[in-house]
Amino acid sequence: MAAYALRRLGQSLLVLALMSFLVFVGVYAIGNPIELLVNPEADDAERARAAQALGLDKPLLVQYGVFLLHAAKGDLGRSFVYNIPAIQLILQRLPATLELALTATVIAILIGIPLGLVAGLKPDSWIGRSIMAGSIVGFSLPTFWVGLVLIMVFSVQLGWLPPNGRGATVSLLGVPVSFLTLDGLRHLAMPALNLALLKLSLLIRLTRAGTRETVLQDYVKFARAKGLPMRRVVGVHVLKNIMIPIVTVIGLELGSVIAFAIVTESIFAWPGTGKLLIDSINQLDRPVIVAYLLVIVAIFIVINFVVDVLYSLLDPRVRIGSAAPAH
Amino acid sequence: MSAVLEVEGLRTHFFTRSGVVKAVDGVALSLERGRVLGLVGESGCGKSMTGYSIMGLVDEPGRIVEGSIRLEGRELVGLDAEAWRKLRGDRIAMIFQDPMMTLNPVLRIDTQMVEAVRAHHHVTRAAALDRCREALAWVGIPSPDERLRAYPHQFSGGMRQRVAIAIALVNRPALVIADEPTTALDVTIQGQILFEMQRLCRESGAALIWITHDLSVVAGLADEICVMYAGRIVESGPVDAVLDAPLHPYTRGLLESIPSRNAPGRPLAQIPGMAPPLDQLDAGCAFRSRCPRAADACRVAPPVSRPAPARTLRCVRPLA
Amino acid sequence: MRIAADRAPLEDGRAVRAESPWRRFAAEFAQSRLALLGLALLVLLAAVAIAAPWIAPQNPYDLAQLDVLDSRLPPGSESLAGKTYWLGTDDQGRDMLSAILFGLRISLTVGVASTVAALALGLALGLAAAYFGGWLDAAIMRIADIQLSFPAILIALILLAALGQGVGKIIVALVTVQWAYYARTVRSAALVERQKEYVEAAKVLALPEARIVFRHILPNCLPPLIVVATVQVAHAISLEATLSFLGLGLPITEPSLGLLIANGFQYLLSGKYWISFYPGIALLVTIMAINLVADQLRDVLNPRLKR
Repeated sequence: MAAYALRRLGQSLLVLALMSFLVFVGVYAIGNPIELLVNPEADDAERARAAQALGLDKPLLVQYGVFLLHAAKGDLGRSFVYNIPAIQLILQRLPATLELALTATVIAILIGIPLGLVAGLKPDSWIGRSIMAGSIVGFSLPTFWVGLVLIMVFSVQLGWLPPNGRGATVSLLGVPVSFLTLDGLRHLAMPALNLALLKLSLLIRLTRAGTRETVLQDYVKFARAKGLPMRRVVGVHVLKNIMIPIVTVIGLELGSVIAFAIVTESIFAWPGTGKLLIDSINQLDRPVIVAYLLVIVAIFIVINFVVDVLYSLLDPRVRIGSAAPAH
Repeated sequence: MSAVLEVEGLRTHFFTRSGVVKAVDGVALSLERGRVLGLVGESGCGKSMTGYSIMGLVDEPGRIVEGSIRLEGRELVGLDAEAWRKLRGDRIAMIFQDPMMTLNPVLRIDTQMVEAVRAHHHVTRAAALDRCREALAWVGIPSPDERLRAYPHQFSGGMRQRVAIAIALVNRPALVIADEPTTALDVTIQGQILFEMQRLCRESGAALIWITHDLSVVAGLADEICVMYAGRIVESGPVDAVLDAPLHPYTRGLLESIPSRNAPGRPLAQIPGMAPPLDQLDAGCAFRSRCPRAADACRVAPPVSRPAPARTLRCVRPLA
Repeated sequence: MRIAADRAPLEDGRAVRAESPWRRFAAEFAQSRLALLGLALLVLLAAVAIAAPWIAPQNPYDLAQLDVLDSRLPPGSESLAGKTYWLGTDDQGRDMLSAILFGLRISLTVGVASTVAALALGLALGLAAAYFGGWLDAAIMRIADIQLSFPAILIALILLAALGQGVGKIIVALVTVQWAYYARTVRSAALVERQKEYVEAAKVLALPEARIVFRHILPNCLPPLIVVATVQVAHAISLEATLSFLGLGLPITEPSLGLLIANGFQYLLSGKYWISFYPGIALLVTIMAINLVADQLRDVLNPRLKR
C-alpha cells in the first residue's frame, strides 16, 4: 500500500513538472504584455527598460529556469496588473471558487442520487421516463444559458435573488465563507444551482444505470428471498454497490466542476479564480495565468490521488484481497 | 395430512411485446414435512419459475394468473406484497444456483445473516448473531466468528453455498426451495452438499424442493420426483417407481440419455429435436414433435391421469 | 454488425427469413418515439442551416441592410420598411431570426467538422495503438489519459488564448480536446477484436496487415464509435458556444449561437431578453435533438442490455 502511494506520488510530481513546462511555454507564446502595461506613447527605450524590469528580455529557457527557481521557493511572479504576488492573488480568490464548486457538488448529490434511484427502480414508469427525459434536457442545456435564464427569472422578473457578486462572509477556520450568512446564501443560490446542473444529469444517469444493473443481480434476488423490506434492499444492498463507482466519478468530476466554475463565475460575477483567469487572459497577465494553471493542476493531482485511495478503501474486494480460500 | 405445500393448477404467464410466454402452465404438486421433492426438467421448462411463483418473486411482465398455492394450509395466491414478504425467508426460503453472486460482495457475512433474522423477528443483534452461529454450525462451518466478520469474496464457492444454505435455514422454514444449488460447484463438493441438505431436512422437518436438470442427483436425494416439460408436469410419483418404470416417453428419453446408462462404444441415446419456445405452445401435447409414440390423439392436451396411487401422468399413449 | 440468427425451422419445415442487420437496427432504433423526434428535428435543423442564405429574411452580415434605428426592438415589431422582426432585433438592428439561422449554420459546421477531424485522428491513433502495441500503445494511451483527466474547457481555453481567434483555431482546439475519446474507444474495441480467432487465421494466411485492420477489425469497432461521435457532436457544439460566450471563440464577423448569446447578455438586466434568449433556445433544441438520437443509439448498440 505504501509502495503504491509513493509510486503515485512520484508520478504526480512528474506530471506537475511536465505541465508546468507546457503551461509556461504555452502562455508565453501569447502576445506581448508590454503593449498593455506601457503607455502607447512610450518610446523604445522606455519599453526596453520596462521589459528588463519585468524580466521579459531574456531568452525563453532562461526565463523558465528563473521561473522554476522562484516556484520552488513558492514565488510564482508578480501580477503585471495588480502588482502583488500571483500566488497570493490566486489563493485569495480560491476559497470563493471552492465554496461554489463544493456547494454545487453537494446539491447535485442530494438531488441526483435519489432521482437516479427512482429512475433505475422503475425505468418504464412515467416517473422513471420523465426523470430520464429531464436529465437529457439538463444535459443538453448549455450551462451559461441556464445561468442567463436564472437571472432573467429570479433577478429581473421576480427580484428575489441578486444577479451577481458574493454575499457577506464570515471566517471559518481562518477561511472566509459565505454560506453561513443569509445574505451569502442568497448570492450563492443561483450560481451553485447553475453549476450543479452540469453534474446533476450525469449523476442521475449514472445512478440509474448502476441501479438497473444491480437490481438484476442475484444477490438482490436473494435479499428479497430473505424477506427483507424493499427499503433495506434498495437502501443497503443496492446503494452500497452503486456508491463505489459513483463516489469515484464524483471525485474525478470535482476537478471539472472547479474548472467549469469559470463560466459560472463570469456570468454571475462571482469573485473566484475563474473570473480572475478570464480577465488575466484578456489582459495578458501571464504570471497569474501560470499560477492559476499550476494551482489547478496541483488540486487535480491531489483529488485524483485521494479518489484512488478512497476507492481502494471502499471496495472490500480491493481492500482485503482474497485470503486463501477456506473450505 | 401434514402437507406443507399444496399447489394446484398453477399458471404463471409473462405478457411480453412478442406474445404471452406460458412459463408455468398448470402445475400441481404436494409435499409433506421432511420430504424431498425433485423437480426435474431441461433448461427453460419452467421449473425455476415454479419455484419463484411459490416464493412470490415473479416480476413484471410476469404474474400468477391462476391457481392455488397453499403453504401450511394458508393460501398464498392473492396475498398482498407485505404479507408475502413476511413469509419469505421465514416460512419459505430459497437457495440459488450461483454462490458467487448470491451473496452481496460489499457486505459482511454477519450483516447479511443478521438481517435475515431481524427482518422477521424482533430480537437484539446479539441474539440474532447467536442464531446465525447455530445455523453455521448446522452446515458444518467451524469457528463461525471468524467467518462472520469476513466478506464473501474471501470464501470458496462451496463455502459460500453453505453460508447461503445457513441463511435459508436460520429461521427454520417449513419449506426450502433449492434452485440448482450445486450445478456451479465441482463434483466432490456437490456430493457433500447434497448429503448435508438431506440430513438437515430430515432433522429439522423442513420440506425441500430440489430443482435440477440432473436426474442422477435426484435419484440419490429425493423421495418424490416431478418431471416438467414446457411448463407442465408430465409425470410424477415416488422416485424409485418413476425411475425404474417410467410411464411418460419423455421421462424414458431423459433416463436413456444419461451417459452411464448407455453401453460403452455405442452412440449416446438422445431425444431428437429441441424443446419448443414457451411462447409458441399450441393446444396439444407439447412433446409430440419429439415423441416416438406420437399419434393423432396427441393433438389434444392430455389431461392429468392417475395410473397408480401417488403417481400422476399427462400422456394418452404411455409406455405401459 | 452481427447478423440476426435464423430461427430454427418450425415443425412443418417453414423457415423464417433472416433479417438484414440494417433493417433490424432501424426497427430497434424506431422503438423510441423520442429518438425519432430527435432525428426529425436534426434533419430539420440541418436543412434550415444549409438553406440559411436563401431562406433568411435578411443577411445579418450585410451592413448595408442594417438600420441602427431598428435596434433592440422586441419580437413581433415591424421595421420602417414594413418587414416583421419575428424574434426582435439586436443592438445593431440585426434581425434575430436571420442571425439565429446563420449562427446555427456556423455552430453546426464547427461542431460537425471538429468531430469528423477528431474522429479521424482518434481512429488512426487508436487503431495504431491497438495493433502495434508496445511502447507506441503505452505512449499514446498515457497522453490520452493525462489529457482526459483535465477538463476540456480548461485545455481549450488555454489553447485558444495562445492561438487567437478564428474558425480554424477553434476547430484545432476542439479536435485537441476530443481525439482522446475516440482513440480510447477504438483501442478497446480493436483489442477485443484482435484477440478473436479470425484475426489469427488471417495472419496465418499472411494477409497484408493493412487489409486485416481495415476489412476485419475496423468494421467491428464502428458501433461504439458511432455512439461516441454522436454524443461528441453535441459536446463540441456546446463547448464552442461556451468558449464564444467567454469571448475566446469565433470572431465577431462569424457569430455562432454562443456569440449571439454573449452579445445579448448585457441587455438582460434591462429586460431585453430576446437578444440572448432565442439563440439559446436554438442551441438548446439542437443539442437536445442530438442527445436524444445518441441515447437511443447507445441503447440499441449496447450488447449488455440485450435481453
